[in-house]
Amino acid sequence: MISQKVAQQSLRRLAVQQPYALRWSLMNSASPAAVALGRNIQTRQAATSSNSSDPSKILAQQRLVRPVSPHLTIYRPQITWIGSSIHRITGLMLSGGLYVYASAYLASPLLGWDLGSASAVAAFAALPVLAKVALKATMAMPFTYHCMNGVRHLIWDTGAGLTNAQVIKSGWTVVGLSTISALLLAFL
Amino acid sequence: MSALRTTSRLIASSKPLFRPAAFARSYATVDALSQDPTPSEQPRTKTFHVYRWNPDQPTEKPKMQTYSLDLNKTGPMMLDALIRIKNEMDPTLTFRRSCREGICGSCAMNIDGVNTLACLCRIPTDTSKESRIYPLPHTYVVKDLVPDLTYFYKQYKSIKPYLQRETKTEDGLEYRQSPEERKKLDGLYECILCACCSTSCPSYWWNSEEYLGPAILLQSYRWLADSRDEKTAERKAALDNSMSVYRCHTILNCSRTCPKGLNPARAIAEIKKMMASH
Repeated sequence: MISQKVAQQSLRRLAVQQPYALRWSLMNSASPAAVALGRNIQTRQAATSSNSSDPSKILAQQRLVRPVSPHLTIYRPQITWIGSSIHRITGLMLSGGLYVYASAYLASPLLGWDLGSASAVAAFAALPVLAKVALKATMAMPFTYHCMNGVRHLIWDTGAGLTNAQVIKSGWTVVGLSTISALLLAFL
Repeated sequence: MSALRTTSRLIASSKPLFRPAAFARSYATVDALSQDPTPSEQPRTKTFHVYRWNPDQPTEKPKMQTYSLDLNKTGPMMLDALIRIKNEMDPTLTFRRSCREGICGSCAMNIDGVNTLACLCRIPTDTSKESRIYPLPHTYVVKDLVPDLTYFYKQYKSIKPYLQRETKTEDGLEYRQSPEERKKLDGLYECILCACCSTSCPSYWWNSEEYLGPAILLQSYRWLADSRDEKTAERKAALDNSMSVYRCHTILNCSRTCPKGLNPARAIAEIKKMMASH
């Protein structure tokens, strides 16, 4: 009660002595008029110490040490991405093999190698049957798979065959057909 | 926290008039009352291995932590299991979740090797198999199962995901579409941007800086296919480089993993067709 009276009295005194000051101080509290005039100044007395560490700095520091979550090693093997990675690997094998052989063939006169088809046939004929079949199969399988999967990619590029069921079905079809045709080529 | 919950539940049960029992929120823990009338006697204990990494101990390597839950006392979904682990076993386990009905996309994570929403993923009832839960693959980990998707959202912003139109309609009313035009947006607008597809894409793993990834490309196509949008040419020009779209090698993990059953691969194929035909 006493404090209220004291406050009231001091306000009255202020109003008498400095009427403008009171008006301004009232206006500075966030009355709608003060807000509209842009004269409201919010003051906060509570002692919240300003945090010296910048949150964005903390974030930047954290990002330096953050691990990358596991990916290839934990993702479930599915015909989609396993088939795609085999497509890429077989593509590299085929084109890489062609490049290696072609450049070796080009360089063979200089190096004195005999890489002509006649010597290749002769070398191959000397191998045992099992080795022949195995060698042919390992050459044929990348070719047949890459070829047939390539057709699958061409179909996809038209926007067709992209539902999950179709993708799984065509994927296993390619695996089956390429295995059969590779075996046929191997026993040819 | 748990004390608060029990009291609120007590209040809920003591004032059935204000809060009918049907609306009393049950958490992941299924209590004896709401459990099915014939509970099986023997516990069905399932083991969960959960990826853990704590930013407060950054030098410690990420590890897998093992939790065992009785499935008889756990809700049917993976999210129920995670919430139960957090509520009853280990409050430090951190993961995002919100709606628990597959519409917010918060709880996207890699469960048993496949990206999906924990709230839409049933716990496999085969207790002999152990479940493994990882954050979304090849993302920076903020903590435990929480990935940093800042860049993903930036990529989304970069495709200007809003209607761009200069001209008004003749009558000054709304921009109308024919049912056929509207139908083109089906299967596109339902995307909730959970990032499951993008983080399942090996191409996005290796090129996430420049390749937009399936989720953002699906959204890109959503605006390319919109008959009301007038900036189709500009949108296509923005995609016309070797990285934005063409890092898609039709691996098709995206469509395989989408928890909403959408087909980002088809959307990307349509973008490629649009880019090629004009």
